[in-house]
Amino acid sequence: MNDFFINWLASAPVTAVPYALAALGLILSERSGVLNLTAEGLMLVGALAGAGAVLSLHVHPALALIIAMAAASLVSLLFAGLVVVLRVNQVIAGLAVVFFCQGLTGLIGTVAGWQNKQIDSLPSLNIWPLSEIPVIGRIFFMQDPIVYLTIAIFFGVNYVLFRTMLGLRIRSVGENPAAADAAGVSVSLHRIIAIVAGSCLIGLAGGYISVVSVKLWVTGMTGGRGWIAVALVVFARWAPWPALWGALLFGCIEAVIPRIAAAGIAVPQYLMLMTPYLATIAVMVWVGYRQSAVTREPGALGQPHVREERR
Amino acid sequence: MSVALELEGIRKSFDGVVALNDAVFRARPGEVHALLGENGAGKSSLMNVAAGLYAPDAGRIIIGGEAVSLSGPSDARARGIGMVHQHFKLVKPFTIAENILLANRRPSYRGGMQDIRAAIKKQAAELGFDLDPERRVEGLTVAEQQQVEIVKVLVGGVRILILDEPTAVLTDAEAERLLETISGLAASGTAIVLVTHKLHEVKKYADAVTIMRGGKTVTTLDPKQATAAELTELTVGQTAPLPARSQRGNTSTMLNVGALTYARPDGRVMLNGATFFVRAGEIYGIAGVSGNGQAELAETLIGAREPTSGEIFLDGVGNVGNAPATRRAAALAAIPADRYAYALAGGLSIADNFSVASIRSGRYGSLAMIDRAAMRRDAAAAVKEYDVQGVRNVGQKAALLSGGNAQKLVIAREFSREPAVIVAHSPSRGLDARASAAVHESLLAARERGAGVVLISEDLDEVLSLSDRIGVMNKGRIVAEFDRPADRQAIGRAMVDHA
Repeated sequence: MNDFFINWLASAPVTAVPYALAALGLILSERSGVLNLTAEGLMLVGALAGAGAVLSLHVHPALALIIAMAAASLVSLLFAGLVVVLRVNQVIAGLAVVFFCQGLTGLIGTVAGWQNKQIDSLPSLNIWPLSEIPVIGRIFFMQDPIVYLTIAIFFGVNYVLFRTMLGLRIRSVGENPAAADAAGVSVSLHRIIAIVAGSCLIGLAGGYISVVSVKLWVTGMTGGRGWIAVALVVFARWAPWPALWGALLFGCIEAVIPRIAAAGIAVPQYLMLMTPYLATIAVMVWVGYRQSAVTREPGALGQPHVREERR
Repeated sequence: MSVALELEGIRKSFDGVVALNDAVFRARPGEVHALLGENGAGKSSLMNVAAGLYAPDAGRIIIGGEAVSLSGPSDARARGIGMVHQHFKLVKPFTIAENILLANRRPSYRGGMQDIRAAIKKQAAELGFDLDPERRVEGLTVAEQQQVEIVKVLVGGVRILILDEPTAVLTDAEAERLLETISGLAASGTAIVLVTHKLHEVKKYADAVTIMRGGKTVTTLDPKQATAAELTELTVGQTAPLPARSQRGNTSTMLNVGALTYARPDGRVMLNGATFFVRAGEIYGIAGVSGNGQAELAETLIGAREPTSGEIFLDGVGNVGNAPATRRAAALAAIPADRYAYALAGGLSIADNFSVASIRSGRYGSLAMIDRAAMRRDAAAAVKEYDVQGVRNVGQKAALLSGGNAQKLVIAREFSREPAVIVAHSPSRGLDARASAAVHESLLAARERGAGVVLISEDLDEVLSLSDRIGVMNKGRIVAEFDRPADRQAIGRAMVDHA
């Protein structure tokens, strides 16, 4: 039984990383007032680009992850153009990008023959001698490098959002674009910056799944994790640290599913799979119940900004 | 003497409507310069040009002796012109310091924050404001938010400060304090432009006043040298003689409004015991400076808003309930100011929009089986009778009608039930001269028929020319009533008096 818990908790960070990075990317973009539903699609783009880079270009996995980030941010420019420049409805544009990416990645992956090919990946770090500590060593000091990098990224994004002029401007554009505009802040520019930067993280989340965690490309392999990330953002109420805790929680839930099955306990797996969504609904009910006092939703989320010449 | 800001021959039009026509303005350093005029006279538009928000179609902007063209608000700020708008431009969830840092760039956040905190404390102390830089704007009172706006502009080092109707949102005591502060600021060399329609503020605090009317600057003079009556006359212009009309004897009262009170959810009292009555065959005009409760009055009368207290009695019906449907059943017709929000469903057809008001009467069949042919027939007849232009067939969407024709459709529907009382709020807003005339004719026709008409309008000319009696609304109450022919100057004074 003890082994069960250690194995479970040691595998939880790997399942949590994609949620954490994707949610953080979405938070960055939504703090600028752009309602971003593209995560599922951009994660697929990142996953395919990462796997493809390793399989065809034989690059180092770390470089493959950078290619994954670049690919996702490139596709996000399409989304940014739609919602910031053309001011298309952000929900529709987000959904369109997801469906487009699902089709595109499936097509490229099949045509290029990347399906189900084993990938050489990043080895786990072994932080000796800390990794020798019983129980804690396996859970905290024998993870792959991206797990540690994710924590660093959270510190970084948190710092940028709340401790820099750039972050102040991005948040102002998300809360009250008219006020930001009057203060001389370019609404379009800062929204595009936030979308592209956030999409880098979403692409990394996708690349991590294919290159580091599963070590394969399979069509549609993100399996709805992007949607859970969207829910996580609401769950975390647009704040980075709660998103990390939420991602860990959801990661633990996901990691326990195969282990429970392996242990021969009969719990329907679908029940487990829906728990993240149930948790999200519970949070939204709570937020709705407590009303505006606790919703920290960016004031202008989902609203295209049109400078009004008169009134 | 030097000139801080000079505007020469400024012209600006919006969609063909001229807002500014050869406006001239000149403010000197160290003076409080009032810009006085009625609603729509062009005061805010002129100052928005000076603040870089509107690009003028023609004219010159001269700042400190140098002719400039402003690329935007931040350009104006860089040249020393700052404006505090009537609607504050603050990010509510941010702290005071964050808001001010946002508008006043610093290279780094940490250093900038320290710099800004010190600047806020210094500036606030100088002005006698009590502002803690770490407080969030959403928790501040309106007066405090305004102080933040003023400090925000001053921290940027402006030499010309424009305040657009700064006292409109303040209590009397707060307004007094603010104006004292502003006078002190002017004494230290800043040029202050005070956009206002309140005469007593001009008389008491301004060193110079420029008066605007109909997009033109009428004159600039020293308010201490002019009487209130002279200023009022310059502001409202000359009175045109009114056409004679049929006199009515004593008729019954159609509508009786008693001590109507309405407080907004944020606690601001918009209606403060408004009381008046309307007789049969009479147009009762309600005049006032916008924001004194007219919109709330119209919406409570129509039933779109529930009053906090007070009574609305309709002749032969008694106290009407709060649901719009009971009022409509009681033959009260509504012509709301925002016709696309409250009067029409743009996506539905003209026939649907026309017949919806009578659908409960059973005239168009039961609720399960609607008689579309009857709806189309009645709508087509109404379109013809009220001369609604641009209708190819009554099945087309109402949103396709122009403003004037949409209003005619609303009137056709409302009048089709022969209402006993009509509430019209700014019925000619945004309409051209011909459409306005048609709307006015309809209201006069209703009067002839014996209906009681409440005409709420910010257009004083409209109220003067149509009304049999005029009530002046000020701070949520009817403060004065005038019989036809009413004295325009007296009405103007009642509108802006310190009620």
